Parts: sequence; C-alpha cells; structure tokens
Amino acid sequence: MFAYIIRRLLFAVPILIGVNVITFALFFMVNTPDDMARAQLGAKQTTPAMIQAWKEGRGYDKPLFYNQNSSGLNQISDTLFVQESLKLFSFDFGQSDSGRQISSDIYERMWPSLAIALPTFIIGLVTNIALALLIVLFRGSTLDRVTMGVAVAIMSISGLFYIIAGQVLFSKTWHWVPISGYAEGIDGLKFLILPVFIGVFAGIGAGIRWYRSIFLEEINKDYVRTARAKGLSEIKVLFGHVLQNGLLPILTGVVVVIPTLFMGSLIMESFFGIPGLGSYTIDAIQSQDFGIVKAMVFLGSVLYIIGLILTDISYTYFDPRVKLS
Amino acid sequence: MFESTVLSVQNLVLNIGENRLIDDISFEIKPAEIFALVGESGSGKSLTSLAIMRLLPEVITVDSGNIVLHQQNLFELPEYQMQKVRGKQVAMIFQEPMTSLNPVMKVGDQVAEVLKLHLGLRNSTARDKVVSLFEEVGIPQAEERYDWYPHQLSGGQKQRVMIAMALACEPELLIADEPTTALDVTIQAQVLELLKSIRDKRGLSILFITHDMGVVYEMADTVAVMKQGKIIEQAEKQKFFNEASHPYTQKLLQDAVPKQILKPQLDSTKLLELNDLKVHFPIKKGLFQRTVGMVKAVDGVSLIIEKGQTLALVGESGSGKSTIGQAILKLVNTTDGKVSYANPDSEAINLTDLSERQMKPLRKKIQVIFQDPFSALNPRMTVSEIIREGMVSLKVGSQNRQDQDNRIDELLNQVGLEVDFKHRYPHEFSGGQRQRIGIARALAVEPELIICDEPTSALDVTVRAQVLELLESLQKQYQLSYLFITHDLSIIPAIAHKVAVMQNGKVVEQGTVEQIMHNPQHKYTQKLLSSAPELIRKVMFA
Amino acid sequence: MMPTFLWTDIMIWSLFALIIVGIRQIASDAQKRKQWRKVFKSKTAMISVIILLFYFAIALVDSIHFKVEPSAENTTNKELISVLDMGLEHLILSVERTYSAPFALNEYSSSVVYDQSGNVQQVYLPLKNVATHINMDQSLVAYDVLTQTGWAFLIALIVMSFLILIHGYFRFKEIALRQSSSKVEGLPWSVAYITLFILIFIGTWFYLLSFDYHVLGTNKVGEDVLYQSLKSIRTGVLIGGLTTIVMLPLALVLGISAGYFKGWIDDVIQYLYTTLNSIPGVLLIAAAVLVMQSIMSTHADWFGSTEERADMRLLFLILILGMTSWTGLCRLLRAETLKISQIEYVTAAKAFGLNPFTIIRRHIMPNLVHLILIALVLDFSGLVLAEAVLSYVGVGVDPTMPSWGNMINQARLEMAREPMVWWSLLSAFIFMFVLVLAANLFADRVQWVLNPRSEK
Repeated sequence: MFAYIIRRLLFAVPILIGVNVITFALFFMVNTPDDMARAQLGAKQTTPAMIQAWKEGRGYDKPLFYNQNSSGLNQISDTLFVQESLKLFSFDFGQSDSGRQISSDIYERMWPSLAIALPTFIIGLVTNIALALLIVLFRGSTLDRVTMGVAVAIMSISGLFYIIAGQVLFSKTWHWVPISGYAEGIDGLKFLILPVFIGVFAGIGAGIRWYRSIFLEEINKDYVRTARAKGLSEIKVLFGHVLQNGLLPILTGVVVVIPTLFMGSLIMESFFGIPGLGSYTIDAIQSQDFGIVKAMVFLGSVLYIIGLILTDISYTYFDPRVKLS
Repeated sequence: MFESTVLSVQNLVLNIGENRLIDDISFEIKPAEIFALVGESGSGKSLTSLAIMRLLPEVITVDSGNIVLHQQNLFELPEYQMQKVRGKQVAMIFQEPMTSLNPVMKVGDQVAEVLKLHLGLRNSTARDKVVSLFEEVGIPQAEERYDWYPHQLSGGQKQRVMIAMALACEPELLIADEPTTALDVTIQAQVLELLKSIRDKRGLSILFITHDMGVVYEMADTVAVMKQGKIIEQAEKQKFFNEASHPYTQKLLQDAVPKQILKPQLDSTKLLELNDLKVHFPIKKGLFQRTVGMVKAVDGVSLIIEKGQTLALVGESGSGKSTIGQAILKLVNTTDGKVSYANPDSEAINLTDLSERQMKPLRKKIQVIFQDPFSALNPRMTVSEIIREGMVSLKVGSQNRQDQDNRIDELLNQVGLEVDFKHRYPHEFSGGQRQRIGIARALAVEPELIICDEPTSALDVTVRAQVLELLESLQKQYQLSYLFITHDLSIIPAIAHKVAVMQNGKVVEQGTVEQIMHNPQHKYTQKLLSSAPELIRKVMFA
Repeated sequence: MMPTFLWTDIMIWSLFALIIVGIRQIASDAQKRKQWRKVFKSKTAMISVIILLFYFAIALVDSIHFKVEPSAENTTNKELISVLDMGLEHLILSVERTYSAPFALNEYSSSVVYDQSGNVQQVYLPLKNVATHINMDQSLVAYDVLTQTGWAFLIALIVMSFLILIHGYFRFKEIALRQSSSKVEGLPWSVAYITLFILIFIGTWFYLLSFDYHVLGTNKVGEDVLYQSLKSIRTGVLIGGLTTIVMLPLALVLGISAGYFKGWIDDVIQYLYTTLNSIPGVLLIAAAVLVMQSIMSTHADWFGSTEERADMRLLFLILILGMTSWTGLCRLLRAETLKISQIEYVTAAKAFGLNPFTIIRRHIMPNLVHLILIALVLDFSGLVLAEAVLSYVGVGVDPTMPSWGNMINQARLEMAREPMVWWSLLSAFIFMFVLVLAANLFADRVQWVLNPRSEK
C-alpha cells in the first residue's frame, strides 16, 4: 500500500515537469521577455535600455535555454528555463504586477474560495445522489421522464443566467440576501447563501443525469437480482447494495475535484465579489498579469495531480478487489 | 387436510406484449422432491422460475394462471408480503456465481443479511449461524471466510456461499437455475452432491432448472421437458429415461450422449508438433514493478497432431489449454520450446522463430473457430464480408471478386446455410448458424489445421450434435486436422482420435481415446472421468 | 461587390459538405438507414433537429461575405457584409442613440433637454427609426402589431402549405416506388410540419415587425438586439461545431493508438493527456488566448479589416479550444478500444494476418462511431455555453464580433441601472438556451438508439 502511494507520487513528477514545460513555452517562448517588456512599457517609447532594465528587474535577462556566457554545467542551468522552473517548483511565485507577493496573496485568498466551493460541493453531491437514487426508484414512470426532461432543461441554461437571475430575483427584487460581498465569521454566512444555492441548483441537471446512469447500470446487474431474491425491498436494495457499488465509479469523478476546490469558481467569485483565488485569477487575466496567471496554472496542476493520487488511494481503500490484490 | 404438495403451478401464461412466452404450463412439486425442468435456451424454463419468485422484468406480464405455495396463491400477495416469502419460504440460486454476489460486501455479511431480514437475528447470533451454514455447505475455515470478499473465492466456493444464503432461513423450496453450468466438471459433481445431501437432511424440495440431461439423470426425481413455452412431457425419472414418448424428448436424450463409436486409428504423418512449449506471464509487483514471479500458463507441453486427425485437449478452466491454441497461432508470445509445422518437401518450420511477416503466408494453413458465437463475428459486417476477409488478406484463391462470390456460395452450402444469407448481418442468425458462419470463415482460406476453442460449449445440445457432425464431415472431405479444446469429456469419442489431458499447464496424460477413456493412468484423469454425470459414464464405458 | 471568404467561412462550409457526405453514407447503407430512422421516430428528436437545422442555416447564410466599398450609402463602418446582413440591412441602418425597450417608441431613460424658454426638462426622446408608418402614435401600436401578426401568420401558412405539398409529392413518389406495402413505420412528419410552421411564423413575425419596431429593443449604443442575437448565431455554431472537428482527429488517433497498441505508446499518450488535463481548462485557454493577443497586437500588419482580425481571433480561439479539449473523448476511445481488442472477431482478424491499421479501420472504428457521435453533439452544447463564460473572462471572441457572450457581458455591466435593462440579456440567453437544449435532446436520442444499454 505504501509502495503504491510512493509509486503514484513518482508518477506525478514527470507530469509536473511536463506542465512546467508547457507553461514555460506558453509564457516565455511564444511571448518573449522582450515582447512582454514592450507591452508593459508601452510600444512606442521603449528604448533597448529600458527593455533591458525591465528585464533585469525581473531576472528575465538570461537566455532561454542555453547560456553561452557561462561555463560548464552553468551553461544549462544559468538560463531562463531552469531558473523559472526552479522557482515554480519551490513555490516561489515572485511578485505580481502590483508589487505584492503572489504566494502570500494566494494563501490569503484560498480560504474565501473554499468557503464557497466546499459547501457547494458537499451539498451538491448529497443532493444529486439522493435525487438520483429516488429517480431510479421510480424509473420508467412518468415522474422519471418528467424529471429527466427538467434535468436536461436545467443543464441547457447557461450558468451565467442562474447567477444573474438569482441576483436580480433574490437580492435586487426581494432583498433576501445581499447581492455580493464577503465577510469573515458568522456574519459572513449571509454572503454565502446565494452563491452556494445557485452553485448547487445549476449543477443539479447534469448531476442527476450522471448519477442516475451510474445507478441504472448497477441496478441491472446480477447481484441486485440476488438481493431481491433474498426478499429485500427495493429501497433496501438501492441503499444497501446499489449505492455501495455505484460509489466506486462516482469516486473517480468526484475525488479528483476536491483539491481543486481551493482554486475557486472564476465566475462565481467574480459576480459575487468574493475575494478568493477565482477572482484573483480573473483579474489577473483581464489585466494580463502573467506572473499571477503562471502561478495559478502551476498551482492548479499540482492540486489536480494531488486529486488524481487521492482518487487512486480512495479506490484502493474502498474497492476490496483492489485492496486485497 | 394433509397437503402433500409444496408448490403447484397451475395453467401459467406469460406474455410480452402480444407474444406468448409461456403457454399454459402446470406442474407440482412434492416435499423433498427434486423436480427437474429441462429445456434448451429460449424454452422458458428460467422465466418460470422468475415467475414463481415474482421477479419477472416489467415488460413480461402474467396473463393468467396461479402459483400456489402451500395453499397460498403467490399471485394474490401484495409486494411487501411477497418480500417476506422470498428468501424465507422460497429461495433461489443462480447460474453465474461470479456476478451474483455483491462484490463490495463480505460474503458472510451477505448471508447474515437474509438472517437479519427474515429472522430478526442480531449481529453476533447471525454471525454464528452463518459460520455453521458455511460448514454445512462445505466451505473450509468457515470462521475466517466470513470476512472474505467474493473475488477471493473460487467459482465453486462462491456457489456454496449462494447455497448457504439460500438455506439460511430454512425454506421449503429451493429454486436452482442452472447452478452448475458455469462450473468445472469436478466442482459440478461436488455441488450436485451437496444439493442432494441437503435435500436428504432437511427434506427440502428443489426445482432444478437445467439443459444438461446428464445432470438431470443425476439429480431428478421427476422430469419435465419444456419447449417454446410448453411442457411437452413430464414423468418420473426412470420412466422418463426409459420410455420417453415425445419425439423432441427422444431427440434430446439422443443428442445428450454423443455417439461413442471410437474412431479408427490410422497411421498418419505428423502435421504439428509441440516440443516442451512454455508460455509464462510475468507477475509484476512493488515499487518498480519488478517481476516477482511467473504465471506458468503452459509449462513444458509436448504434443503431436497428425494429418487428418483430431487431438482433443481436455482440461478445466485455468489448465492452459486455450493458451496453447493462442501460442500456435502466434497470438501470444512463447517463452520457450518449439512449435514445428510440417513443410512438404522440406524440413518442418519452427513457428516460434518466425517474425509476423514470415508467419503471414503460413496463417492460411492454421485457422481458428471460437467458443462464443456472439462475439466471434463483427456485428457490422455482412456474412459475405466476414468470409471474404481471410481470402483477401491471405491471398487464397482467385482475387477476382466474382470468383470469390462463387466460392462464398460454395462454402455456405458446405456448412449447411443458404446462399442468400451472405447479405445479412450476424445478429439475424441463431447461435448454431453463427458457428457455421465461423466455420465457413475458417474454411475459406483452405487450412490444414483448425484450432477449435470450445466451439460447442455455448450451444444447445441439439445444435451441438449438428456442429460436431459438420466438423466430422469436413474432416473427412478435406483431410483437416483439429486441435479440439474442450472441458466436456462426453463429446470426445465422437470427434477425437487422440486425447491429451491438461492440468496446471502440464499434460498429465495422453494417448488414444480408448486408452484414456477406458484405462486412465493418472489420478487427475481418473478424477475427471469419475466426475462426469452418470448418464454419460453409463454409455461411455458400456 | 466581390465575394470574400473568411477562414471561418471556409471551415463552416466544409463542415456543411462533410455533413452532406455523412448523410449520403448513411442513406446508402441499409443498416445505418434503419438506425437513423429510429432516431427520428422520436418527436423530440425531430423537433430538435429542425431547430438545429434552422440555426445552422442562419449561420451558413451569414457565412458568405462580400467586400463593400465605403460610400455615401454605406453609413456603417463595415467593410464586409454577409448575405444575412443584406437581408437585415434595415436593422443595420436603423441605429438609435441608446437603450430602448422592446416595441418602445421612446428611449429608455430620460435625457436632459432645454426647452424653448431655456429651462431644463427630463424628457424621453422619441426613437428615430420606429413606427414612422403610424406617425409614432402610441395608441395605434397595439392594433398595428396585431395586424402584422395576422399577416405573418398568413404568410407562414402559405409557405408551409407549399412546402407540405412539395414534400407530399416526394413521399408519394417514394411510396409508389416501393412495391409491397412494406410496414415501414412512418416518421412523425406532422410534428415536423408544425415545428417548421412555428419557426417560419416566428421568423416572419420578427421580420415584418422589424421594419417598424425594435422588436427586442436596442442596446447601449442603440443597436437592434434582434440583429445582434441573429448575428451571434454564427459565432455560437462555429465555436460549437468547428472545435469538435478540430479536436476529433487528435482524439481519434491518440485514443485508438493507446487502446490498440498498448505498451509504451499507451504510456506516452496517457502521460500526454494527464499532463494536459492537469492544467485548469479556463487558465490554459486564457493563457493561450493572452499569448495570441500579444502576438496579434505586435504584428497588427498581418490583418486587414476589423472583421478579418476579429475572424482570425475566432479562428485561433477555435484552434485553442480544439487543442485543449480532446482529452475527454480520447480517454473514452482508449477505454472502448481496449475492450473491443479483446473480442473474438478481432482475434480472428489477427489470425488472418491483417495488419493493425486494417483491423482498426474495419473492426474497431465502426464500433466507435456511436461514442464519437454522442461526444460531438454533447461537446457542441458545452462549447456554446463555454463561449459565454470565456467572453465574460475576457478571453473569448473579439468584443467587436457579435456573440451571445459579448451581449451578456455588455448587458451585465449595466445591470445596476434602475430600472433594469433586461431585454438584451434575456434575448441572448433565450437564443442560447434553445440551441443548447435542442442539441442536448438530440444527443440524448442519438445515444439511446446507438447504445441501447444506456437506458434500459
């Protein structure tokens, strides 16, 4: 078991390296530091001296891959590629365009993201599974067909609509909850209600459909026939046997998402004024702050890979066929 | 009033939409009676059992009739009361032990579940009862096995768990739907033995559903034959086997025991020789996936197949017999040993040394037919495309399209199918017909040797007889050799000249059919032979 | 006026050609024909397909462009107009100053106006291009709209009857050709007729009224919302349809190779898609788009007119989306290929010495078609919705290009205005919703028919 975890961790390394290469290619090769400097300083009045100064200020004044000016091993390591890669891997994200330390910003902003994302995730998961199980209980009936029709309609509506309509209806018109904003502690709860509700509601359509198909797949299997032959009621069959087995494919889809909850939903945070990582990212994209975008890309990848590893581990824990092989 | 009937099925009619699936059947089962319901696939026997348990799929409706269990009409019960009957008064075991148990629940808990449900036992009492049930059905180390999961048990053990689960609440009727069909013959014998002993001990009635006449002869007190939803004959066992009146029954009985005429032993030339063939698969474990051991699927096998003759390769699952077929066809890599194929006018070629390019021209000499007719043919190709594929790829015969069409017609005729089948798709045919198409496909490239990988195991008994006859006539006509892989001993005298018996990757005994069947030397061979159903044994050793 | 073809125009017409080829392939194969008949026997599928065809037709009509010389008559800033633009010319020309509600005669918010005596008044200014035929008399509006509705209904009826007659003629010929009275169950043509009638009616209604009113109102700069919505159709269809075409070859080749050849090829491909998948989707697209924007701004001389530049940006966006979204389908194809490789008929083909590519082509690919089709249609709706989000983030299509995402984004910025301007938002959402819903329902039906075990 331990060896298995170590092996999975080792697999993560080449993937992170790959992500790093892609990030580097995107940020430094296609758009060279010279171009970046010119864009930042304004295309018209830049002199080569100004560009050089800008680059030196950020440590971008090294060649990309191969440094002829140094000697020996330094020819490879004294390059932009190695330098930037090392920084990333040690989570030294540097400074944003506004001069703040990106790492500390990230640490500060991940908690608000979690405050929205985690409740949405948990409530959404429980609601979707419960509703899906209920629908499977009534499969083939008119209720089933109507519910599936409603589910398709819900998932065909843009998420933006839910947010905007939600804000207009619940905040602007009925004044039940504040339209946006964020605060810590118990007082802050009122800011979370609408985003979480909308997050859960928008996901119900697709969620019910997916879980329903998983449970339907299970309910046609032989062991369910055996369970019925034992005299179990349909409800006991569903909750006692189908749910357990259905959890396994559900795990693959669900666990991998958990670490990335920290990243926050870009749209939600932006609309609701939540000072989380999602809005951090959107602001960075809109202001073309490459430093932050780069950091978020790397962070996102690390979290996703952790999610993959967690999925594997949870499988070995929950599926006896894997656990005992 | 003394009621001597446990179950009474009265005039049962089942429909699906407009079509009749079960057409007015009636029978009775007495206490401690084993009632066998026999029929081929599609006869409706499994549906009958599901009807008794009221577990029919929704699309199938009960049009009329009654099922009475000890004066209680089961069709009149509301669902929640029927749930009290299932598992308690009537219990059922199924065909596929592999998939019939919940894979993520301990086997002990699965049996305990039924005890808690119907008898209201608490955890510790239930556990003790389960352990004693396990002992009763012959599961070793019962206390430990309680906590095991289904995938850790063998097929036979899983079936024993199912039986324990069925017996837990001491039902009066046990419905067994082909419980041994998926098991090896030695295990089958044990499970049948177990069922009989349980019947004797507890006075349990058993409704035994099967298509295997040998098993019927072994187990039944009363036999009923179903065909297309009707019971066409019903009698007490001895009367049934000795004086069957209906022509269908007679044909079933006839086909159940393939003819036992031994084939003449002729001197013939060597076609294929296996020399100490080994096929090992590595087991990788640990941090760096080091090879920690080998699965020795084939471990030093030497065999000879002669021209125009059939070598039967017999073994149970996991013996390695299928792997040998794959190795000869170079579909799997050989670890060691030689596969020598005779080359007229020159030395034999060692197939294991050849590259795929070098092998290709030889492929037309060695072909294969498969066990499952439903996955052997590409559902999206027409019959003529399927047969033509090999001819084109291996450049056999004229490459002119019209000539090929003619040859396809010829082949279809030879295997007993009609010429205008060639524009149809596989799903339009029955299992037996599909197997014939598979044979035509193999024949198309004019092979000398055909690897037959359990070609009749998935077929009904009457169809099996026809396919064996077809293979026989083709052999005579074309001097074909067969490597006939099978687990079914009864058909061996009908088709084979020589036999090799395999166990755990090794050949434990080989010789002529007469030698093996009548004078087996090795213990395993003897065990195999003695596990065969009595009906077969009676005739085999006559 | 010379015809010019933008890159995306060429792509969408190629897509059209591909679809025609696909249809002919299906029609020529009896088995496939039967399957697809089954798909269309469902009323929802029939309705969905007609709606999808309608959208696609509008997109096509909007994809034939002509270069226009700036002249006295051409008061717009456009250099390229499409065939659709030609039909809606009156809408392009009837630009107002600012917001107005649907069917309004006056602007939405009051403006400051000095009256004759120099005093300040808050007055709702009348719109410039509206209701001129009834002298901008508010009391006549309702009656006028009703009359025009009646006309629209009549016209739609006539057109529909004509179409039904033509269709009936073909069907009659077909039935006469078939010798026996073969019990081929009919397709739900009546439902098709009704849907088509409704669509034609709505279209005609909008068209007739658009000459006299801004049926869906105007946006902040006075542009007609109906026009914006219609032009956005092309953007949505392009992003949904073309992205899938771009990603398909990648997903196919890599997925099948990984599943069939296994070994190191499988390892490499798995590594590739795991790595690509790790990068958060929006970020990857955003990063790529930012880079592309950077390039485009430093090399502005590569592009001609505004429209061409916006179109290039759309093209690049499609390419980027395609490059980043192949992983899902690739995984599915790999898993299915692994399964199919084990089936006996593939073993039989190997025993015939067929080379791997023939085996893949003949035995594996045909059994993957249903997966591909379903993925295509489902991805289509996902991408249409994604465009809105991307535009909001700022990495979607060029702001000058009409798209639902841009409409929503621009309208959202004005949400705080009291009373709220809702028509632009609602229009965009509804147009998007109808397209996505139709695609999803159609996908459901296709999936059910091609893969029955999904819905027992």
